[in-house]
Order: sequence, then structure tokens, then C-alpha cells
Amino acid sequence: MEYGFTTAAYVVAAVLFILSLGGLSGQESAKRAVWYGIVGMALAVFATLIGPGSGYWALSIILIAAGGAIGYQLATKVQMTQMPELVAAMHSLVGLAAVFVGFNADIELTRVLAMDDTAKKGLEGFAALLAKKSSVEVSILRVELVLGIFIGAVTFTGSVIAYGKLAGRVDTSATKLPGGHMLNAGAAALSVLFAIMYFNGGGMFMLVLVTLLALFIGYHLIMGIGGADMPVVVSMLNSYSGWAAAAIGFSLGNDLLIVVGALVGSSGAILSYIMCKAMNRSFISVILGGFGGPAGEQMAVEGEQIAIEADGVAAALNDADSIVIIPGYGMAVAQAQQTVSELVRKLRAKGKNVRFAIHPVAGRLPGHMNVLLAEAKVPYDIVLEMDEINDDFPETDVAIVIGSNDIVNPAAQDDPNSPIAGMPVLECWKAKQVFVSKRGQGTGYSGIENPLFFKENTRMFYGDAKQSLDKLLPMID
Amino acid sequence: MIIGAPKETFEGEARVAMTPDSALQLQKLGHSCVIETGAGAAAGFSDDAYATAGVEVVKTAAALWKAADVIVKVRPPSDTEAKRLSADKTLISFFYPAANEKLMKSLAKKGSSVIAMDMVPRISRAQKMDALSSMANIAGYRAVIEAGNNFGRFFTGQVTAAGKVPPAKVLVVGAGVAGLAAIGTSTSLGAITYAFDVRPEVAEQIESMGAEFVFLEFDDSELPDGAETGGYAPPSSPEFQAKQLEKFREIAPDIDIVITTALIPNRAAPLLWTKDMVEMMKPGSVIIDLAAEKGGNCELTVMDEKIVSDNGVTIIGYTDFPSQMAAQSSTLYSTNIRHMLADLTPEKDGVIVHDMDDDVIRGATVAHASEVTFPPPPPKVAAIAVQKKEPIKELTADEKRALETAAFKKQTKTQVGLLAAGGALLLAIGLVAPASFMQHFIVFVLSVFVGFQVIWNVSHSLHTPLMAVTNAISSIIILGALTQIGSTSGIVVVLGALAVFMTGINIFGGFLVTRRMLAMFQKS
Repeated sequence: MEYGFTTAAYVVAAVLFILSLGGLSGQESAKRAVWYGIVGMALAVFATLIGPGSGYWALSIILIAAGGAIGYQLATKVQMTQMPELVAAMHSLVGLAAVFVGFNADIELTRVLAMDDTAKKGLEGFAALLAKKSSVEVSILRVELVLGIFIGAVTFTGSVIAYGKLAGRVDTSATKLPGGHMLNAGAAALSVLFAIMYFNGGGMFMLVLVTLLALFIGYHLIMGIGGADMPVVVSMLNSYSGWAAAAIGFSLGNDLLIVVGALVGSSGAILSYIMCKAMNRSFISVILGGFGGPAGEQMAVEGEQIAIEADGVAAALNDADSIVIIPGYGMAVAQAQQTVSELVRKLRAKGKNVRFAIHPVAGRLPGHMNVLLAEAKVPYDIVLEMDEINDDFPETDVAIVIGSNDIVNPAAQDDPNSPIAGMPVLECWKAKQVFVSKRGQGTGYSGIENPLFFKENTRMFYGDAKQSLDKLLPMID
Repeated sequence: MIIGAPKETFEGEARVAMTPDSALQLQKLGHSCVIETGAGAAAGFSDDAYATAGVEVVKTAAALWKAADVIVKVRPPSDTEAKRLSADKTLISFFYPAANEKLMKSLAKKGSSVIAMDMVPRISRAQKMDALSSMANIAGYRAVIEAGNNFGRFFTGQVTAAGKVPPAKVLVVGAGVAGLAAIGTSTSLGAITYAFDVRPEVAEQIESMGAEFVFLEFDDSELPDGAETGGYAPPSSPEFQAKQLEKFREIAPDIDIVITTALIPNRAAPLLWTKDMVEMMKPGSVIIDLAAEKGGNCELTVMDEKIVSDNGVTIIGYTDFPSQMAAQSSTLYSTNIRHMLADLTPEKDGVIVHDMDDDVIRGATVAHASEVTFPPPPPKVAAIAVQKKEPIKELTADEKRALETAAFKKQTKTQVGLLAAGGALLLAIGLVAPASFMQHFIVFVLSVFVGFQVIWNVSHSLHTPLMAVTNAISSIIILGALTQIGSTSGIVVVLGALAVFMTGINIFGGFLVTRRMLAMFQKS
């Protein structure tokens, strides 16, 4: 009877989760949608506690409360610039939890299979479910378990490395062990071999070996990916954490786990797809790391980079009617979003049309720039996507590029031999005047010279983004 | 080094090569500045203003030429001035070396260095010192103002209580710097502006300034390529010229104001507006000939004079438009000079390095180290190349519809294909897998499907909250841990407890941070 209630609760929870994701289509409905998610989760946990998970429920509640306290601390203290790190760290927890739950299932399975029929009848909860399985079902269960553990382990180490790179604790450049992708391929082949041995009764030891190999793959795969590809990596790990949950759901026979895992998995997959498309690169090429070599000789860049001081920028801004700001990772690094917001507030108070143009891969996390600007109290209706604003640049008086490089590189359109040829970019050079706030003369992540900086209507505003803008701010009157 | 600007001796010249502003910048380069008293007066810069900017004001021209190491000027030096330029000094001014060959030779013999501002090569790096462009810009603006001054009607059309006023029609011939400036000024005054140039690639620039390009029906291959002659229009073929004149004759009766700016390097100005075209024009019309110095584009132009033709058309051949706006032109010219000196002072330490390997400095220098260095070798960097554009084909409505139908058909095909493949795969799995697995598998497939449908609608700006919330809900794995924690095996309990603890962090952390983020998104 209790189980009937649990199943009903799961259905309700699943619907709530779907609504919760669907609600993110708009800023206002999202605020309601997050409550659907919370209620769904509370319902699911509650139903499990009074149903199949009733043993040691006091311990469970204490642990949830303890974890919740830490989660609360994290969520309220985190800086918005650190969101990518937080998300990566949380992915690693999901991955590790999937590994643990998978191992538990294997231990229980071994234990239950060793019992005789009378002992099986006395079992409760998860063990009772296992006891009812036929031998074919047990084999399928093992496949599911290995999948869940494998994906979970890759997610765990991958996320830890991604966290390290995003937090600056691990070198952000792409580094590979000697052997490169062959090493990954070898490890994958070995884990398939061990997995097959496990299916044939190889026991726990084989499972541990598979896990270790998966942990290595996760580590090595993400080590080989550079900083600016992080949006794809984080989305991919997001997707993996979902698939891990779904695989575990199969092995536990829990439909809610399957539903949620599939939702999260497809969500991450779509995000990865959007990010890859925004870089005009295939998913495989991002994961295998590095840009392809140039297809031929690249166009030489003519002209010179002309520097400008704050007073020149201020004069142009004071004269301009329409202004578009293009933020990138450099703005997040310099923590300049508050100053940018203040600048925008001042300009808007003078009746100027100020908008933001956000490239899908700006920053280190999908939608990273939007969150930073929202934190700095920039109204979201002036923050536009690339497709919404790209046609408006010819009518724009001043475009300000703050800490972006590759996403505003005209070579992507003009030079068919450029490594980033074909990547959709923000056409800011069509504005009457462009100011680029940049720390110094240097190429971006892709290592490609940016002809934008040499254009006649471009002026380079060198210096730390925050300091430069602080200097600029009092000159706007 | 000491940079000095004398008072211009040419009659009627009001410009000055150094302003208080440019002097300040020159001092930043490590130079000191001197100026002859009253040099800036005609351009509106008083001696006091110079003194305030840290410029030493000297009483006589002789004293200035003696004190300064580098003399900056506007006009080419007079004979007296040339005598004062001793061997160790450098002169920077307009020089027109082709026309002043004798002077150039004598100065080179003496050992002085001469940098001619009119010889700065037309490459993008040198644009900041391109004094010809600065002056042409002013001339173009002033030409329109001068035309307006001599034109008896409004530029813009108006409907007033006293009747309707038609807008003036302005034709600008030659869309170089001066032409484009004239087009800009004329359109902003409200006139209907037409423009003509032999280089078809400037059509885009003309249209961007708001004028209408006067097209000639001509074969592309016969058209001259501006890039080969350093961005100037090259001489055109006789057939082309005939066609051009024919076009002008056709529109001449309608045009109220003609501004001609056509020049060919080292040649007399081409004749574009003949006597009979002037005769076709309405009385009261105005022609401004900016090419007057080189003989004029209009047949009737008299250099430096304003004449009125028999049928009442005013023809102006002034050559001193930049000087008429001395304050503006001095500011721009002194900035060009300042940029030239900045390139000559690479270390910003007040030491002039006359680097003859530098394209720009080499190109502009006509006399250096006792040698005549004119004409310069062609610059290593080519002038701004012509952008040849493939015309974009306009699709007809039928073609568009056909394309759309094809795209739709393709979409249908892929969709049906995917569905069929997916369905077949599902059936195949169903054949071998046990029913209990299939139950879950169906749930899985449906959920993936729902996920794809839902996530595509998520707004791009909410991708970070999406990741945070999916993070929180992927901790649903806690359910597995919760069911296992009741096990009788010790290690299972420990692992289960750890998993519950970690997912607990995630659930709370994920949802709370999502809420925090969403609360930040505010509408203006």
C-alpha cells in the first residue's frame, strides 16, 4: 500500500520536474518554476523515506540536514563570477554519488544471489527487489550498473579537473600525457574488457578496475581541454551526470531516477550542442581538444592598433545615442560587472539606448554573462542574444568590447583560412566606432590575431577592465 | 629638440602648423616648442594661449629660424625662408616637390632635411598624418557652405504657409575625401545629393553618406582600378570620358549646385563640366571647382576668383578653402604634424630618428643627408585594396517558395527517417530484452523526448540557472541511496550514507543558488 503511494508521489514529482525545466523559458515564469522543482524533490524524498527507504530514516534525515546546511552555505556565499566552479563541483558530487550507489547495488546483488530461497523471502526493500530477478534480468542489471558507475566516475574526475581549471588551481591550458588520445582509447578498451569479465562473474574486483580506468579517462579527457572550451565541458558533464543517474535508475528499477536522469541528460546534451554550434566546431573536435590547424595561409593583418585614453572614450560615449556593450570572460576576471552596470545606469539616465550583446560562448558557462549582469542589477530586457542584436550594429554609434576576443573576430567571416572561419561572431566592427578594453596586446584563447583591433574605427583602451572603467566613469556627464 | 612654427608669410594664409594643444602633445614627446609672435593670431590662437601651453614666444622670424631644430610650416618655404634653413635643420611642411624641384635641389645640396606633408603615402598606418585628407575634408565642407552663400534658395525642401519650396539638387563629382565631405555636408543640410566617381567601388561609400550614385552603363573590365594608383582615380579611357560627359549633359539642367573635386595625380585636372553644360544650367546656380589650382574641372573656372557666367551661373575657383577655416584646419594640420613627429621620435625622449627604412618617413622625405630623395620607391604595403564584391542575387518569389518547399521536404524526410530508425531500434530491443526492462526503457525514451522538447524552449539568458537546477534535480540519485541505507551490510550503509550526504549538499545548494540567481534578473 505504501508502495502505491510512493509510485503516485513519483509521478507527481516527475511532472513537477518537467514543469520546473519548462518554466525556464522566461525570467518571470522561472521564479515560479524553481519552486516546482523544490516541491517535487521534497515530495520524492518524503515518499521514499516513508516507503522503500524506511530503514535508518532518522540517520537519513540527519545526513540530508547536514548536507543541506553545507549546501546553504555554498549557495549563499558564492560569488556570481564563481558560478562555473560551483556548478562543476556539484557535478562531481552527483558523479561520486552515482558510483557509490552503483557499488552498493553490486554488493547487495552479490549478497542476495548467495542466499537460498527461504532467506530471500525474508528480505526487505531494495534487496527484496533484487531477489525477484531472473538470471537474464540480473545480467541486464550488471550492464546497467557498469554503465552507471563508469559514467559516474568519468563525471567525478572530469568535474574535479574542470573545477580546478575554472578556479585557477589547475593550469587552464590544454595539457595531455604522452600518448594523448591513444591513452584514452586504450583505457576505454580495457574498461570494456574488464566490464565483460565482470558480466561473466568476475566479481567486485573487475568493477573496481573499471572504475579506476573511468576515473583516469575523466581526468585525462578534461585536462586536454583549454579554458575557453569550458562552456562545452561543463554542459557535457552536466549531461553525463544525468545519464549516470538514469543508468543507476535502470539498475534500481526506479522510474523517477530514469525520468530525471533522462531530462538532465538531454538538457546537458542540448546545451553542449548550442555551445558547439556557436563555435562552429563539432562536439568531437572540442572534446578531443585544440583548434584544427589553419586550412591555408591566413590573411595578413594590416594597420596598427591605436590606443586611446579614458577621456577619448568618454567623449565618444557622451556624443553617442546608441551604445552596445559586448562583455566576455575578461569582464568576469576583472570583476568589472558592477562598474559596467554603473556606467550603463549613467548612460541610460541621459536617454541613450544602451544594450548588451551576449555571444553564446562568452564566459566559462552557458549564460554566465547574463547571470553576472543580472547580479550587477542590469535589467535583463536590455541584455540581448547574438541573433537579436547582430543586425543592429550598423546603426550603433559606439560598441564597447570588454574582455572578449574570439567572439568578435571578423576573420571568422572574412578569412576562409582562419581556424575559426565560419564561427558566428558579433559583428561589432560595423558600428561607427569600437572601443576594446583589453589588458594588453595579445591574442585570444584560440591564438589567432584579431583584425578587429587593427580596423580604422577601432580604438584600444588598454588596461585592467575594472580600473579603466573606473577611470571612465566620472568623465561621463 | 626644439620645434618651431613661424608665422606663414604667404599672403592670405591664416593657418598655423602648431596649436597650443599640439604643443602640449609635442612636449610629451620630449621636445620643447617655440613660436613666432602672432603666428596663430589669424587662426584664433593668441600668444598668451601658447605661453600658457609652455611654448616660448619669440619676436622675429629670424630668431625663430635660428632657435628651432625642426621647423613646422604649412606652405612651402619662400626664398628667404629657404635661406634661413641651415644644414642641420629639418623642415616639415607642404612642399609639392614635383612643382618645386629647384628649391628641393638647393635645400638638399645645403644638407637640410625636408619632409613633405603632401608626400605621406596613402597606407592605413599613415592616415593619422595624412594632411592632404585633413585639408580636403575641410575644403569639401567649406565648398558646400560657400555654395550655399552664393545660392539664393534653401537647401532643404519646405512646405510653408507662403508656399512650397523645392529642395536644392547638388551634384558632387569625384568622391574622394573632399567629395565625401561635401556629400555629407550637403545631405545634412537637406539637399538632394547626387555623386559621381569613376571608381565603381566607392558607390557604397557614397550611398552610406546619403547621396545617390550616378551610374554609367559600362563594362567592368574597362573600368580603372583605383588600388593600382595608390587610391587615386587613374585617368580614364576616351570612350569612358565621352559617356561620362553625355551623362552630365543629361542631368545638368536639373542641377542647382555642382561641386567638382576630380584630380589625377601629377596631371592637370580633367575637364568634366564644359561650357555648354554651364549654359544649360538655371540662372542662380552655383559651381564650386575644388580642382581650380590644377586648372579646374569646369571649363570656365578662373583660379582664385568668383565669376558669373552670361546666363547667371556663379563659378567659384577659390583655392584657399582650408585657410578660410583656419581654426579648424590648423587644429587638424597641427595634429597631423604632431603624429609625424611622434613617428620621428620613437623613444619619446626628444631625439629625432630619421629612419629611412620606415615606409612612411621614407615616402614623405624629399631631401635628406645632402641628397634628393624624391620620388620615393613604391611603398612595401599596398594601398587599401579594392573590395570586389560578388553581387548578391535577389531571389524571385517563386524561387523562394521552391527553396522553402525543398527545405520543408528535407525536414520531413529527416524527421520521418529518425522516427523510423528510432522505432525500429526500439522494436529490435523489445524482441530480445525482458518485459521488465522494456517497461523502464519506454519510460526512459519518453523522458528523453520530453526533455528535448522542453529544453529547446529555455531562454539563452537562463542557461546558468538551468545548469544549477538540473544539478539539483540530478541529485534525485538520493532516492537510490535512501533505499540502500537500510541494508544489513555495513559497507552498504556507509557508502549509502555518504551518497545521501553529498546529494543533500547538491539538492540544497542547487536549488538555493538557482533561486538566488533568478531573483537577480530584473526588468527595467
